[in-house]
Amino acid sequence: MYGILTIFRKEMGDHFNSLRFLLISALIVMVGVIITSMVGMAIQEELKGMAKPTLIFLLLFTSTGKLFSFVQFIGFFGPLLGIFLGFDSINRERVSRTLSKLVSQPIFRDSIINAKFLSGVAIIAIILVATVLLISGLGIRLIGVVPGAEEVSRLIIYVVISLLYISFWLGISILFSVIFRSAATSALASLAIWIFFSFFMSLGASVLSDAVAPISQTASGVDAEMLIRHERIQRVTSLFSPMTLYSEATTTILDPMRKTTRTLVLMGPLERFSMSRFQSPLPLLESIFIVIPHLISIVAITLLCFGICYLVFMRQEIRTV
Amino acid sequence: MKGQIIVETEDLTKKYGSRTAVDHLNIKIEEGEVFGFLGPNGAGKTTTLLMFLGLTEPTSGKAKVIGFDPTREPFKVKEKVGYLPENVGFYDDMDARQNLRYIAKLNRISGEVSEKRIDYWLEMVGLSDESTKKVGAFSKGMRQRLGIAEVLIKEPKLVFLDEPTIGLDPDGTNRMLDLIHSLSREKNITLFLSSHLLDQVQRICDRVGIMINGNLVAIGPIEELAKKKLGLGKEDYTLEEIYMKYFKEA
Ligand SMILES: Nc1ncnc2c1ncn2[C@@H]1O[C@H](COP(=O)(O)OP(=O)(O)O)[C@@H](O)[C@H]1O
Ligand SMILES: [Mg+2]
Repeated sequence: MYGILTIFRKEMGDHFNSLRFLLISALIVMVGVIITSMVGMAIQEELKGMAKPTLIFLLLFTSTGKLFSFVQFIGFFGPLLGIFLGFDSINRERVSRTLSKLVSQPIFRDSIINAKFLSGVAIIAIILVATVLLISGLGIRLIGVVPGAEEVSRLIIYVVISLLYISFWLGISILFSVIFRSAATSALASLAIWIFFSFFMSLGASVLSDAVAPISQTASGVDAEMLIRHERIQRVTSLFSPMTLYSEATTTILDPMRKTTRTLVLMGPLERFSMSRFQSPLPLLESIFIVIPHLISIVAITLLCFGICYLVFMRQEIRTV
Repeated sequence: MKGQIIVETEDLTKKYGSRTAVDHLNIKIEEGEVFGFLGPNGAGKTTTLLMFLGLTEPTSGKAKVIGFDPTREPFKVKEKVGYLPENVGFYDDMDARQNLRYIAKLNRISGEVSEKRIDYWLEMVGLSDESTKKVGAFSKGMRQRLGIAEVLIKEPKLVFLDEPTIGLDPDGTNRMLDLIHSLSREKNITLFLSSHLLDQVQRICDRVGIMINGNLVAIGPIEELAKKKLGLGKEDYTLEEIYMKYFKEA
């Protein structure tokens, strides 16, 4: 425990002093402020003389405005944040030959990997909480609405899910930093995984479902049973993707008017009247109930990823050469 | 010599696949001794040291360091034993003092005790004036001296130095060896130093062991080895000559 704490403190200091941390924070804060200002003003405009709809505060995070919503931004940028924070965490010490020195101190070898992972998680938590607080503060001023208990709870759950999800990517990049000596290789490998899950996973899902349950246009129209199977396979396959898990979970939590968990948060002006929206929001408890399986899956893949990383690191021969 | 055994091995063997890096090593080191572990590159010196610290597991055989089995109780060994790895590295963006402070902390030394010891050891290795310089700007010799300070800050009973003079010029090498030697005499620290540069290191060693291809081919005081290999009466022998004899036989 003592070793973890000492290394954790040093790692936190390193993060805070690094240009990397400064740039990432500046970027997120900047984008957050711009999005919120635009969205906030749009909401303000629209609400003039109208009764305030329920859970309006969450719209600050989910409305797309002219560009994209904050939630979409984190969904896209979050994995990159995790990767940036971890891709050189072990190999940096290997190349600078400090790793062999560390392991010969009276600490357990796993303190090194644990402390590195935990300090990354702490940094992600700090960035997320600070940004959400900043946006909330800005939003309160802009739209003049103070968030209620339910909105606050939903935001907290959102931060927790995001923290877990970004930690998964942190774990991936630390794993590659254990495997590859070169930081560039490790960053590229992490990005490759990210691209694979972002783009090819959904493509793979539709290819697979087409292969297993092809929808054929027969004389009597589309075979309904086949169509359902096709949809189901596509859905189950894409659930293996952390991106899908994450976007479904955050959508359900932050946009309780939505009837389905599917698709990214896309709130076009017409969608409000469309069939896929409830008239009144899904109660908080039910939203939580829906995302629990997602949450468990995200925790599971994060732990699995860190577990692999841990095992590889513990079995690795530490040599200066 | 005090006679207390501080390092002991019993048929210590390490194989990497079919290649035997260390072959049935039997060695006993006494407390207070300066032992030179010599041999060409690839002889198995580093591998032996890694096994002494519990950083790699022996394929067979046993080692005992300060009374503990390093495979089973690496923590106990690392608490009392200093290890300077070959070509040791530092956190280049921190200064000498910060580097020492971090290592001290990992050894559970902190606060005033730590600062005092840092001052003391910086003085001893002659880096007091450079203590606030970033280590990235240090010369090879300064880095090596900082490495020595880092190893000694936990005040170990036994120190393993892997190639402590590597990359130093002859003058730097001599100063380094004198420093190591005087510190160990002053503090009564047992020194176990590995080197492939035989004639440099022999000067400060009470005894040497010669490793060739994972085998310990000779062990003892240098004069004794000389008598055995070069015949009696030869006065101006060098370790190089003795070593070449063994090397040809191996
Ligand atoms: N991780 C490893 N895998 C395979 N062979 C290794 C490994 N580490 C060392 N060796 C081999 O073991 C032998 C001894 O290496 P080493 O102990 O580093 O020698 P020295 O320190 O005396 O130069 C060398 O032949 C080296 O190639
Ligand atoms: Mg070596």
